[in-house]
Amino acid sequence: MKLGRHSTPWALSAPAWLLFACLLLVPLGLTAVLSFNVFDHSTGVKNEFTLAHYLAVLSDEYYYGIFWRTFWISGVTTLICLAIGAPEAYVLSRMGNPWRSIFLLVVLAPLLVSVVVRAFGWSMLLGPQGLVNLALQAVGLGPVRILYTEWAVVIALVHVMLPFMVIPVWTSLQKLDAAVENAALSLSASQFTTLRRIVLPQVLPGILSGSLIVFGLSASAFAIPGLLGGRRLKMVATVVYDEYLHELNWPLGAALALILLVANLLVMLSYNRVLEGRYKKSLG
Amino acid sequence: MSFLTLADVSKVYGSTTVVSHLSLSVAKGEFVSLLGPSGCGKTTTLQMIAGFTEVSSGRIQLDGRDITDTPPNSRGLGIVFQSYALFPHMTVFDNVSFGLEMRRVSREERQQRVKRTLALVHLEELSHRYPRELSGGQRQRVALARALVIEPAVLLLDEPLSNLDAKLREEMQFELRQIQRKVGTTTIMVTHDQTEAMSISDRVVVMQAGRVTQIDAPFKLYEQPQSRFISTFVGKANLLAGRVGSAGARASIDLGALQVEVDGKGLAPGSEVMLSLRPEKISFVPAGQGQLDGVVAARFFLGSQWLYHLSTPLGTLQVACPNGDVLPPEEQSRTGLAWDPASLRVLS
Repeated sequence: MKLGRHSTPWALSAPAWLLFACLLLVPLGLTAVLSFNVFDHSTGVKNEFTLAHYLAVLSDEYYYGIFWRTFWISGVTTLICLAIGAPEAYVLSRMGNPWRSIFLLVVLAPLLVSVVVRAFGWSMLLGPQGLVNLALQAVGLGPVRILYTEWAVVIALVHVMLPFMVIPVWTSLQKLDAAVENAALSLSASQFTTLRRIVLPQVLPGILSGSLIVFGLSASAFAIPGLLGGRRLKMVATVVYDEYLHELNWPLGAALALILLVANLLVMLSYNRVLEGRYKKSLG
Repeated sequence: MSFLTLADVSKVYGSTTVVSHLSLSVAKGEFVSLLGPSGCGKTTTLQMIAGFTEVSSGRIQLDGRDITDTPPNSRGLGIVFQSYALFPHMTVFDNVSFGLEMRRVSREERQQRVKRTLALVHLEELSHRYPRELSGGQRQRVALARALVIEPAVLLLDEPLSNLDAKLREEMQFELRQIQRKVGTTTIMVTHDQTEAMSISDRVVVMQAGRVTQIDAPFKLYEQPQSRFISTFVGKANLLAGRVGSAGARASIDLGALQVEVDGKGLAPGSEVMLSLRPEKISFVPAGQGQLDGVVAARFFLGSQWLYHLSTPLGTLQVACPNGDVLPPEEQSRTGLAWDPASLRVLS
């Protein structure tokens, strides 16, 4: 069969489209449809249209609290990842082999262990009789309640998300010409000024994508808030899980999931616009 | 009076010596080139002057002040990097202005000085462009302007023209020299291109394997190379091996097929010597009338001149003759070769 000149790109990208459609678009579409279905506690999901679930979420203080908590935890996680990850990537890019490879592996190591195992590890460390509390008590600062608080979730999220910040920043640092820093130094700039005025603006795309990945993944994280936040401290993903599996109210769960998706998109797009708008011209 | 002095400077990495006991004095306003093949230590030398590479031993003095341990950001030198190293996120104007900003020069003065320097390199029209919107030659000029605007004590150029195409390179050589003359900044340039080094420098420092082999003005370097390496690295040369016969004020040298006479200073009878003869010093004469006869093995037309390879009793000789009115010999023809005996150089 001979393909026309215009159909070739479509044919070539068809497998990717197919995969994308089957694994993402169709389930998302079904979830969207489900979220508008009527739910009845005695008969289950009915094939009738309603906006009740959205109205229920948008008119209930309880859900606002959960969304607010989800976003501030994700925001704080992103900030901490940025504060640790960006300098870490810079140090990493300045290391010589073999140290660079070794430390890169250390950075990536969290990704090689199951999230559940890691979460249990943190719950042992942060528990009332855990290492952290014992250490704090030895110094005379404890005991402190960390486990089943927001901070336990933040600590564990930072641990998981750090590679997603380090890798993009590191990649954009790789593209940097080392002579550019020397050029700034030769023009009498201090080390700090060189970092702030010369290096930072050039790795901004990496910082931007790293922040977006970390924020997005944190806001939809499930295992860590589920295991380290406990039963009472809920984030959106754990509420969705409860609606689906405990209340069996699938339409409400679907509505919550879609609201999270839209809210997440809004936050990320505005962040993107603010940063990119400022540097668009210079970054090209 | 020496302005910049390198005294017995060495750089050692582990067991490798990159630069070995280099001493050099540069006068104020002078244009000096460091010339050598890659890996000869010329870039390392420049990096040590700039302060990006630590000196293993020896001292560097600038205007009577020891700067050996001064960090690069307080040396006040202007540097043009091989990759230009422009700040990609800043406009041409901001790139050039950066050094003045770091020196806390007032906004009005900055405006004026950047404008003046951009005019010097003919870029005043492009001050609002970003580096990626410029051609290679324009970037090179921005890099030069950025280094010159701070009125540096010394301007360091690291292979500044190697990323440009041949025609542009020639233009920029010319312009670089003009700008340097106009501004009068003491300049040190690293290059592996001997034509570049010779055409724009006051003095050329030839380096080989971390050592200085000769420091001279370009003309003297070309006419009186001191070693076999320099005679072949700087321009082309025919190398003739021979043995000293009688020695005195004039020494006669036996080249096998030919006896020649050279200045006898420092030559011992019976010792082996190497003579150098530049291709353009040899001219064609009718067969049998010159010092030597040869057969044209191949000839190459280079535009302004012809390059010949001739088979002679002394081996293959290179001859260059200008493309003029006289039609030069054909391939496979037999011809005589003549040269002024004074153009033979004894290499040490």
